Amino acid sequence: MNAESGRSKQWLLTLPSLAWLGVFFVIPCILVIVTAFRPADLQGGVGSGWTLETIHAVNNPAYLPIIWRTLWLSSITTIVCVALALPMTFQMARVGPRMRQVLLLFVVIPFLSNFLIRIFAWKSLLHPEGPLTRLLHWLHLIPEDALLLNNVGTVLLVLIYTQLPFAILPLYAAAEKFDFGLLDAARDLGAGPWRSFAKVFVPGVRRGLISAALMVFVCSLGQYMIPQMVGGASDEMLGSKIAQRVFADRNLPHASALAAGLMLAVLVPMLIVAVWHRFSRKEGAA
Amino acid sequence: MDGFLVIDHVSKSFGSLRAVDEVSLTVAQGEAFSLLGPSGCGKTTLLRMIAGFERPDGGRIIVGGRDITALPPEQRPVNTVFQNYALFPHLNVWENIAFGLRMSRRPREEIRSGVDRMLELVRLSEHARKRPAQLSGGQRQRVAIARALVNRPQVLLLDEPLAALDLKLRQHMLMELNAIHEQVGTTFIYVTHDQGEAMSLSDRIAVMNNGKVEQVDSPVNLYEKPRSSFVASFIGDANFFTGTVVEMQHEGYVRVSVEGLGSPLVLSNGTVSANQTLRLMVRPEKISLMLKRPPSGERVNAFRGIVEDIAYFGSHTRYRIVAGEHSILAQLQRSRFSGGDIDPVRGTEVWMTFHPDEGRVVMLEGEA
Repeated sequence: MNAESGRSKQWLLTLPSLAWLGVFFVIPCILVIVTAFRPADLQGGVGSGWTLETIHAVNNPAYLPIIWRTLWLSSITTIVCVALALPMTFQMARVGPRMRQVLLLFVVIPFLSNFLIRIFAWKSLLHPEGPLTRLLHWLHLIPEDALLLNNVGTVLLVLIYTQLPFAILPLYAAAEKFDFGLLDAARDLGAGPWRSFAKVFVPGVRRGLISAALMVFVCSLGQYMIPQMVGGASDEMLGSKIAQRVFADRNLPHASALAAGLMLAVLVPMLIVAVWHRFSRKEGAA
Repeated sequence: MDGFLVIDHVSKSFGSLRAVDEVSLTVAQGEAFSLLGPSGCGKTTLLRMIAGFERPDGGRIIVGGRDITALPPEQRPVNTVFQNYALFPHLNVWENIAFGLRMSRRPREEIRSGVDRMLELVRLSEHARKRPAQLSGGQRQRVAIARALVNRPQVLLLDEPLAALDLKLRQHMLMELNAIHEQVGTTFIYVTHDQGEAMSLSDRIAVMNNGKVEQVDSPVNLYEKPRSSFVASFIGDANFFTGTVVEMQHEGYVRVSVEGLGSPLVLSNGTVSANQTLRLMVRPEKISLMLKRPPSGERVNAFRGIVEDIAYFGSHTRYRIVAGEHSILAQLQRSRFSGGDIDPVRGTEVWMTFHPDEGRVVMLEGEA
């Protein structure tokens, strides 16, 4: 088989997934961007013609603190999730196959119940009359008037809780393929357990690390249910605003403009990572 | 006990399995020493205990007068060349070799000169920037050796260093390992299941079986004077006979009556007594074949047999000869067949002879 026909065969094989991506990802993205340049009509739909009005409306300094909050909440969520997932997956990959299955099951089990229900569970757990609040009062760990709900810390906590599996799964896939004999080699060459972990295990799973970080960061950016349900009035994220424009204001172009901005904010870093990946792979092969 | 590396009554069990059983060994500074044995004999466990990856249940390990039994691997003056090399895939050759020096936070200049010197020693200077995945098997192994030796270990452990290489490369690396050992003068401990490898790499070999050391000796002595039938059969081929001592002569020679064969005169290891049942061993290449009966004499062992099978190997020919219930293997260079120009064919009656010094009394298995 020559290289030419091999390549065309590869194209044929990837065609279904390319078609899927085209229909369900690329075209909707373009539609969202296009809608941002349409006028809103009074019935909550999209009018005909073109306008830059929405872009001017979105360019509003009131959005800045929300964008900033969205970014730092997502960043901290990413850092905490990856920092927790690294040692967890390290252990998961080292235990026996049976134990491994059990641990994996524990990671996946939360998905069996509805996302909203899980957030409601947090809501009742942290409620001023809820069991956790009362227990902490009783132990004098928090003051009488402390509120565990409706603040930005709670938003962060629930964000981390919901995103952690998305960090564990790609990291676990990488850790499972990691050759743990390399850690013996690192110890043999004078690295203590911590340095072996940092200098050999972490670089060894770096692909999974990047996937995990991207996954968590991107998913966090678009959250709107969590700030709405466990956050306070001043804890909105960009996703909350988009939802508000769609459901409350019935202004689709405005929502589209915000969504397009968010989308670009997600796609640009991903593109940079992809290019860097390709570049580093080329360098490795040179 | 003197010696550079001292293994003192070291034991290790995994569950009910006694992997290493009260092993004691002494290795001199600069020696090339092999732990040889079949898989599961405990040699790898012993190596991992010297490296620090396993903690012995009992006993001590001493290097250069210092008890290292309780030290973690990173604090031992010992480095390992792993069986699959365990090179770090995210680092290039240069960085792999520099890893140990960086971990011990040596000055930058010392790291650079040390790594460059090692690259020269293993002749990989022009591959310094390559990743391990871009190297051949032999090159990877040389990186693994350089990565260990750059730390100037007092003992270098090599776990089946040639097992992953193909035959041709193996023979080349054998010479290379000997050259590197000669150049650096470090104590080398090889672990191998390949007797040929152990024989050509080491000054002395410890043959292990079931967690115990059967014999520690030079390659020549292990081959020529094996003490147990396990050693005799593990290193090279051997014919074994069981017989009874019928006559004790001076200087350790004994005459042993072997049923169905005769009464050969052999050399004992000095611990036999009259009427004792024992095992004797003759190497196939120590047996000569003749078409006619050799002239009889006091010191000639000659037995009649029928050629049953012939296998020609080029450099030598192997004959399977049946004498009574015994099936005896003899190995000859073609030109050494004496007593006629014709080659024996299957069914030919031949005479086997061997010198009394070539027949040796070995211990029965399990009587170490």
